[in-house]
Amino acid sequence: MAGGTRGPVPVPLESQDRNLTQEILDLLDTKPTLQSSDDFPAISQAEIKAALDRLASRSMVEYQSHDSEQAILTPEAESIVAEGSHEYKVWDAVRQAGKIPIKELPKIVGTDTAKVGQGNAFKNKWVKKDGDSLVLVADEVKDSTRELLRGIQETKTLSDAKVLNDLKKRKLVTVGKVITYTVSKGPKYAKEIPVEVTDLTAEMIASGAWESANFKPYNFNALGASQDAGALHPLMKVRQEFRNIFFSQGFVEMPTSHFVDSGFWNFDALFVPQQHPARDMQDTFFISDPPKADKPRADPDTEATLSAMEAGSRRLFASPDKQSEQTKPRDYEQYWKNIKEVHQEGGFGSRGYRYPWSEDESLRLVLRTHTTAVSTWVLHRLSEDPRPARYFSIDRVFRNETVDATHLAEFHQIEGVIADFGLTLGGLMRFLEDFFAKMGLENLRFKPAYNPYTEPSMEIFGFHKGLNRWLEIGNSGMFRPEMLEPMGLPKDMRVYGFGLSLERPTMMKYGVSNIRELLGHKCDLNWIKAQPAVRLDKD
Amino acid sequence: MPTIGVDKAALFKTLEKEYTTEEFDELCFEFGIELDEDTSQSSKPEDQAQPPQLKIEIPANRYDMLCFEGIALNLRVFLGKEKLPSWTLTPPSSGELETLTIKEETMKIRPLCSGVVLRNITFTQERYDSFIALQDKLHQNLARQRTLVSIGTHDLDTIKGPFTYEALAPEQIEFVPLNQTKEMNGKQLMEFYEKDKHLGRFLHIIRDSPVYPVIYDSNRTVLSLPPIINGNHSKITLNTKNVLIEITALDKTKVEIVNHMLVAMFGGYAETIEPLKIVSSHNNESREAPDLTPRQMQVEVDFLNQVTGLDLAPPEISKALARMGYTVSPASDSNLLDVSVPITRADVLHQADVMEDYAIAYGFNKLPRVYPNKSAAVAAPLPINKLADVVRLESATAGWTEVMPLILCSHEENFEWLNRKDDGKTAIKLANPKTAEYQIVRTSLLPGLLKTISSNRHHAVPIKVFEVSDVGFIDLAQERKSRNERHFAAAIMGKTSGFEQVHGLLDRLMMMLRSVFITREDGLKNDKLEGYWIEEYDDPTFLKGHSAAVKLNIAGKHHTIGVFGILHPSVLQKFELQYPVSTLEFNLEVFL
Repeated sequence: MAGGTRGPVPVPLESQDRNLTQEILDLLDTKPTLQSSDDFPAISQAEIKAALDRLASRSMVEYQSHDSEQAILTPEAESIVAEGSHEYKVWDAVRQAGKIPIKELPKIVGTDTAKVGQGNAFKNKWVKKDGDSLVLVADEVKDSTRELLRGIQETKTLSDAKVLNDLKKRKLVTVGKVITYTVSKGPKYAKEIPVEVTDLTAEMIASGAWESANFKPYNFNALGASQDAGALHPLMKVRQEFRNIFFSQGFVEMPTSHFVDSGFWNFDALFVPQQHPARDMQDTFFISDPPKADKPRADPDTEATLSAMEAGSRRLFASPDKQSEQTKPRDYEQYWKNIKEVHQEGGFGSRGYRYPWSEDESLRLVLRTHTTAVSTWVLHRLSEDPRPARYFSIDRVFRNETVDATHLAEFHQIEGVIADFGLTLGGLMRFLEDFFAKMGLENLRFKPAYNPYTEPSMEIFGFHKGLNRWLEIGNSGMFRPEMLEPMGLPKDMRVYGFGLSLERPTMMKYGVSNIRELLGHKCDLNWIKAQPAVRLDKD
Repeated sequence: MPTIGVDKAALFKTLEKEYTTEEFDELCFEFGIELDEDTSQSSKPEDQAQPPQLKIEIPANRYDMLCFEGIALNLRVFLGKEKLPSWTLTPPSSGELETLTIKEETMKIRPLCSGVVLRNITFTQERYDSFIALQDKLHQNLARQRTLVSIGTHDLDTIKGPFTYEALAPEQIEFVPLNQTKEMNGKQLMEFYEKDKHLGRFLHIIRDSPVYPVIYDSNRTVLSLPPIINGNHSKITLNTKNVLIEITALDKTKVEIVNHMLVAMFGGYAETIEPLKIVSSHNNESREAPDLTPRQMQVEVDFLNQVTGLDLAPPEISKALARMGYTVSPASDSNLLDVSVPITRADVLHQADVMEDYAIAYGFNKLPRVYPNKSAAVAAPLPINKLADVVRLESATAGWTEVMPLILCSHEENFEWLNRKDDGKTAIKLANPKTAEYQIVRTSLLPGLLKTISSNRHHAVPIKVFEVSDVGFIDLAQERKSRNERHFAAAIMGKTSGFEQVHGLLDRLMMMLRSVFITREDGLKNDKLEGYWIEEYDDPTFLKGHSAAVKLNIAGKHHTIGVFGILHPSVLQKFELQYPVSTLEFNLEVFL
């Protein structure tokens, strides 16, 4: 047959070599209704149902299901029905032997029967003790347990709930839910399942066979074909959503493409003193090879990239008088000296930390502990042409942490920076409220906090409805004058900084409790593929 | 951030209010400390066995809140219950100060010393415990595990001045250390405490020095061997009346901060705070310590109001700042305020710090929330990220799954396991990793992809994964002596090698990046024809004869941007992969 899609369907259900669907059709030809429990007592409910569904989906039969409880004998009870109760067996043994030493009883009737049966036979006054032996009392007995169980075996019920409970306790009877079916002919009843086609084919369209074809019904309860789909990583999907929020607010992405930075950019320029605990071996990865950074100096490639990116922004803020002004090139040597001074002696309105500042410490190479190191570079660059500006980055940072469910040695930092004249602290709160509202987090609270490079510093708390408590969701503040003024930025230019990890909101979003299942090679590919699209504003 | 446990009942008594846990949590939040735990709500037996404690997290710059006394004092001032006290020095009636002379030899090991005398102090068990605990906290935090500063406290009535601070060979120093009975010399002491859980970790600070710092009284009684341990002789007890505090240090600023903290927290329990005369002529450090004069600074009213977005007049600003412990008076210029910064607030460096305290006193969450800058801004994505997104989307669309392994990896995963050699000039190496998993910055995306596949062996094959991310290289021409490079890599594991799959993915990506496949000989000779081609390439990572280099002609310049092939079975074995794997990796940056 062309195409191979025609043919008798279904393939018979094999069950003890029986074609159940055909048997049902045959039997319905002889009587109007069937009872599955009577007509097919030996077939399991699942098999019956499969066969009935197959016929019902073709409207060849109709059926109703009935739930009922049935009392079912346990194997022990079945053996009682077959051989008599334990006490009966004991009585019978004594009857046959006339007298049995108690010690011998287990050998004759079995250990279990001896144990249970002896007691009951005493209680029933069927046997009694005669010294160390058992002798008969009753010449004739009625084995009521056996009869009771036999009745249950036949009717699958017992009306006396108390007795039933007692039997359940004695582990002779279990009560199970049983589904039976009453079956009658359907509107399309026929004595055989007609030949069906499973799918529409090009040949059928060409030949016109589709018009008379009998299509196999489609199973609307099953899933469709699994798609051999590729997938983006959930963390990257959340990252994209954050990038979109930043882009919608006019932020320029910062050039974060270097994992290694000097102590200068990562710490000193941020007014983090050289004895600060963050600079400990316990917290920061230091680099052994290459050994040492150069002092800060121009980086023409990165400079060109950022200049091209900011061309639009420069045009926006260009004014006739400003155009004539040449931007003042950065003086890296002066910057270096300023940083040294502000740590060691103080300056720019600050008394400084007053400790001997070490150049070597500043030139040590580290794996950046935050992308704020890049923000620092970008803000220093802004001093050439101080103007309102917004920058962001989302990239990898490194901490020498002991790894556990919530800590990895690597994670992603989301960082935002806004520079402008006359910024206020309340303005930062207002901005953050807007920012987090785009992720569906309303009602922020701000807690005063300490951070060496921001003053004021605020921890951002959001109310988590699921956990019913306030959670810290990020950090923020206004960069310290000791960080900004040594760069050559004007005193009235203020800069907001805020940051959060990418992993934390992602873990909250996807209900991940172990960060290692999210980032790193232990992440499950099936999990990656199954995670829905990220719509921070929707859910 | 340090966490300080304080007695709940005692604190609330001092604050004159029975707070609920929620109310106290709110008070902490507003002030900028954090209530970590109220043990009265704990079900742990060890918490229930003792009176309820409040565990409070203190920001790392507030050394003046590292004990019960400091937390209670600052909160009382914040609540307006009292004005921050001013601490003053009182010389003894005799006029004769206790003296401590610093010998020049101390320059070799720990050159600075400061101190103070607390006269007629009244200890209770609680005060005594707090006094000891504060020293511990200061040692841990500000003193960086005693390296920068260390404190010794002595019962002055058991010793006799004048005192000397010297540096001597370890064998020359003999004394009975605190809570010991046996006399030992400096060398024996190092051996004695080597295994000590508490003190063992401080020994390294002086152990290998030819001289150890030591403080003697006029009878050559050893007061202490800083920064390790005091002598048993001068140990303070609950009954001690007069306390001599000596503080040795490497850091001139921090030694006085520590002195200030001890005086401010515990001077209140003494009748008088008496200066100690320090004689240190060799380095011009002779003085009377400590100096308890509050520091004067000026702040601009405009600055305070502008940054907070407030518009309060100087008297109101003064009131707010008083709640943070400052004393404020108007300066001659109406825009300036003279601010007196208490000795407890060494963290106040700039008027920005005063401004923050002004905002805290007003209430962060009450500040006017005006939308910040109304300036328009032009967004721009970083070109390399934009390019990476193109390749990521195309790869996923082609049916590959994105993975995100770590950037740090072990040396052998990056080299030996891939049959690659480390030339010593390529990989960025870490100095202090905690585990062998993090030894270098990866130079290839392959180890991460292969580890990901390896931990997904339960997954049905074929497994098709990719990553677009950075690798790192040493680059001595750069300021940071290194650079990142954005790579693309993909790997497929299946019952067959999948070689044509990674090849096909390469073709697909090249097509999306507008790079043409150059096939014929004449095409390769024509330098004007831009595009890519592949050449067989021998690479021990791959099965011989089954790997190829990806070549690119951009503007007449030929680049080799990457390689693909069937992984060598020895590589599969190292990464515990049971099926054949083909991989592709190339540098994306040439397409910028």
